[in-house]
Amino acid sequence: MNTIETLEQKEKKYTKEDFTSDQEVRWCPGCGDYSILAQMRRLLPELGVKKENVVFVSGIGCSSRFPYYMDTYGLHGIHGRAPALASGIKLANPDLTVFVITGDGDALSIGGNHFIHLCRRNIDVTVLLFNNRIYGLTKGQYSPTSERGKITKSSPYGSLEEPFNPVKMALAAGATFVARSMDRDPKHLEATLLEAARHKGTSFVEIYQNCNIFNDGAFEKYTNIKTRFDNVVYLKNEQEYRFGRENDKHLFWDGHRFRVEEWKATEEPLTHNTDNLPVSMEFALAELSELEDFPVPVGVFRKRQAETYDALLTKQIEEVKKSKGQGDLQKLLESGNTWHVD
Amino acid sequence: MSQSTHLDQVTIRFAGDSGDGMQLTGTQFTNTTAMVGNDLSTLPDYPAEIRAPAGTLFGVSGFQLQFSSHEIHTPGDQVDVLVAMNPAALKVNLQHLRDNGIIIANADAFSLRNLKLAGYEQNPLEDGSLEGFQLFSVPITRLTREALVEVAISSKDKDRSKNFFALGITYWMFSRPLEVTLKWIEEKFAGKPELIEANKKALNAGYSYALATEVFTTTYTVEKAKTTPGKYRKITGNEAVSLGLIVAAEKAGRPLFLGGYPITPASDILHNLAKYRHYDVKTFQAEDEIAGVGSAIGASYSGALGVTASSGPGIALKSEFIGYAVMTEIPLVVINVQRGGPSTGLPTKTEQADLFQAFYGRNGEAPLPIVAAKSPADCFQTALEAAHMAIKFATPVFLLTDGYLANGAEPWLIPDVADIPEIKEPLAVSGKEYLPYKRDPKTLARTMAVPGTEGLEHRLGGLEKEDLTGNVSYDPENHHNMVRLRQKKVEKVAGFIPPPDFSGEEQGVLLIVSWGSTFGTVFSAVEEARKQGRQVSWIHLRWINPLPEMLGKLIHNFKHVLVPEINAGQLVKIIRAEYLVDARGFDRVRGLPLQTHELVEEISSYFEE
Repeated sequence: MNTIETLEQKEKKYTKEDFTSDQEVRWCPGCGDYSILAQMRRLLPELGVKKENVVFVSGIGCSSRFPYYMDTYGLHGIHGRAPALASGIKLANPDLTVFVITGDGDALSIGGNHFIHLCRRNIDVTVLLFNNRIYGLTKGQYSPTSERGKITKSSPYGSLEEPFNPVKMALAAGATFVARSMDRDPKHLEATLLEAARHKGTSFVEIYQNCNIFNDGAFEKYTNIKTRFDNVVYLKNEQEYRFGRENDKHLFWDGHRFRVEEWKATEEPLTHNTDNLPVSMEFALAELSELEDFPVPVGVFRKRQAETYDALLTKQIEEVKKSKGQGDLQKLLESGNTWHVD
Repeated sequence: MSQSTHLDQVTIRFAGDSGDGMQLTGTQFTNTTAMVGNDLSTLPDYPAEIRAPAGTLFGVSGFQLQFSSHEIHTPGDQVDVLVAMNPAALKVNLQHLRDNGIIIANADAFSLRNLKLAGYEQNPLEDGSLEGFQLFSVPITRLTREALVEVAISSKDKDRSKNFFALGITYWMFSRPLEVTLKWIEEKFAGKPELIEANKKALNAGYSYALATEVFTTTYTVEKAKTTPGKYRKITGNEAVSLGLIVAAEKAGRPLFLGGYPITPASDILHNLAKYRHYDVKTFQAEDEIAGVGSAIGASYSGALGVTASSGPGIALKSEFIGYAVMTEIPLVVINVQRGGPSTGLPTKTEQADLFQAFYGRNGEAPLPIVAAKSPADCFQTALEAAHMAIKFATPVFLLTDGYLANGAEPWLIPDVADIPEIKEPLAVSGKEYLPYKRDPKTLARTMAVPGTEGLEHRLGGLEKEDLTGNVSYDPENHHNMVRLRQKKVEKVAGFIPPPDFSGEEQGVLLIVSWGSTFGTVFSAVEEARKQGRQVSWIHLRWINPLPEMLGKLIHNFKHVLVPEINAGQLVKIIRAEYLVDARGFDRVRGLPLQTHELVEEISSYFEE
């Protein structure tokens, strides 16, 4: 089908305007989604793929209106099922660059099954999960990432459920790129999304996204410039887990769990490794966002090279063709025992 | 000395435990019979349990086959020969055996324990209760063991070969050659020389036993059927669907993509297509039925021929996505291999009770074209037509088959691929103005632009579309208009499909309207009724939505309209609503094909007023 020429061959440089559709953006004023949209429009020219080869696929929810605002190909799907559509799109035409836009309810509740299987298969698509820990479009019920005890319209006495940790789920399901970023940290967000989009395989980015109508301030601790440094540890490959206003604290690994300690230089400092972190550390790191008195890790948790489903499928087709030869329709119809009637 | 008798047609049923290999035995008899040149029709009838407890009534697995020297259309109402591998098989199937029919029973399996399991107080092989039948009580297990005495396999494995012994007896009885099965054994058990030896010996031993003993006195011959000259093969409905889809994709110049999830009795479509990577077939075993159809829609959106295949319960799960394909106007073929319902129902049995599901099983006004195959071989042609209309009209199309068609087999005159017309439907190209929902006035279909086409970037979704632009629209008049347009588009399909099968006078006492897999039974019943002097007219629908234009005029020319179906009356309600005629249903919902003689009686009742 389509082969991707590089942009140099095409001698055309995109700007963010090239990715802006003519549709009026209809999120609530002040919604965190605007920031994510802006970063996406900004990073796509950097990504270096032709815009006709880009497809945005979404489910249902506030975030899922995203494709309408991008001047690329787009499918606004049905609730929870964007991964299914995206899988078919990518497998039918592996040359396409496919993004899945989803929310906490869409990906983890109604679409939980599709989400984990997408990760497991490692199909080369990039998933952006806008996590605002609330149902916005249906006007404010608790979501699978809402904290226990959350008072909402559907839980007037407090929700009884433990929340999912999306990063832990993606790691456990086998996504080969897993990261977290925040709507109010646009530079980090743009860089993280670009890295996710460049990764071959299922890339997952949880984005802390503020819903200023139904769950305002859910991530204030991590995004407010005054409190951010004490509450967020930025994950950087081959760098230590340092944080704090004065960069004076770090995460110490005692072999079983992380502890927060004052930072001291050592000869063999513990550094982050997105490629090959022991599973125990990977999950311990992911779990920190659930624990009191720990900073929330933001950045890339995992980035591993592994064969993608789409590449394996293409390879398998070629191998079968090599061993059996290109199929011949007449032979196919005449396969098995045949007989003649004169 | 045996004598030879010519027969015109024979119905044989192999029955035993679900572990006795009866489906295999029946299939081998079918393959050999096809090669001999008889016309044939089969009915596999097996329980949902893979290995039901041995000896029980509900564990009985059967395979019925009618073969003939002339054209036939059903696996037969009554059985001429029953092969019963145990008491339960005899008990369950004796009701189908005609008077003076032949029973070949494995006497060794009629132990006290098995008799008790089957609910026999005395051994029916010995108590005279089978008088009125021709009983051949053969110690099949013992004779198989003796034949395999020198083969170095366990006695358990030896006992597994007893179905080949029984098959050998029937091959002798009906003058069938052994070669097809001998060759099959070699291929099937390649690398396991002991099993090849055992099964070949058992087959030969059964044949020789029947030849040598004086128990059997008659062999029967059934002459070749006089059918259209050409090259034939045996084909089941699921095979025919698979081949039809591959050919359709090739003719359309679009790669085939099947998104599916295993479900009885549709899984064989997934199995078949998964073999054909070298035909550029992509099969995707999804995590569930929903993802199966979703991936197929995604693939179609990317320019493939997206297909999903399932059965009733799976179709129920897919409904939301099928409605989505109606709204986004993306081509999709949805195959429903119907089985007994509701809910899990009767997974291995046949039924036609999902017609309403196909028509109405979605939220909102969501019309789509529906075609139903009439025979196993017709599954090929209907798959081609379904794919063609899906692409031409940018719409989901339902292809209805059922368990009987899916697993049943018949001879198929293999078409020449070059004679099958191309399915060339254009996609939008770069450089021209593109309105995603601008329609071709002839078909009212929109033209798709697939990702990768420069300059035609656009967004689709399940929200209501504005006419022409496809932008989201909440405008009341636009919605009204779009509901009408989607309906009219489906109606336009009528101009591009073959006319229905019609036979008889264009007016009279009785018009039969049938659809789907009842074709064979109705064919035979109408033939029989006409022999009895009844002037019956008959229209068989393949496309059910839209209904054929001729039907509206025709249907008012008859005093009575009869609609036979394997459901509680679904098409009949549609016919009544559509044409305001007092159509009557004839339904038997037993998980089995309708019986010819019952329908003949029903037809007769309309002439006895």
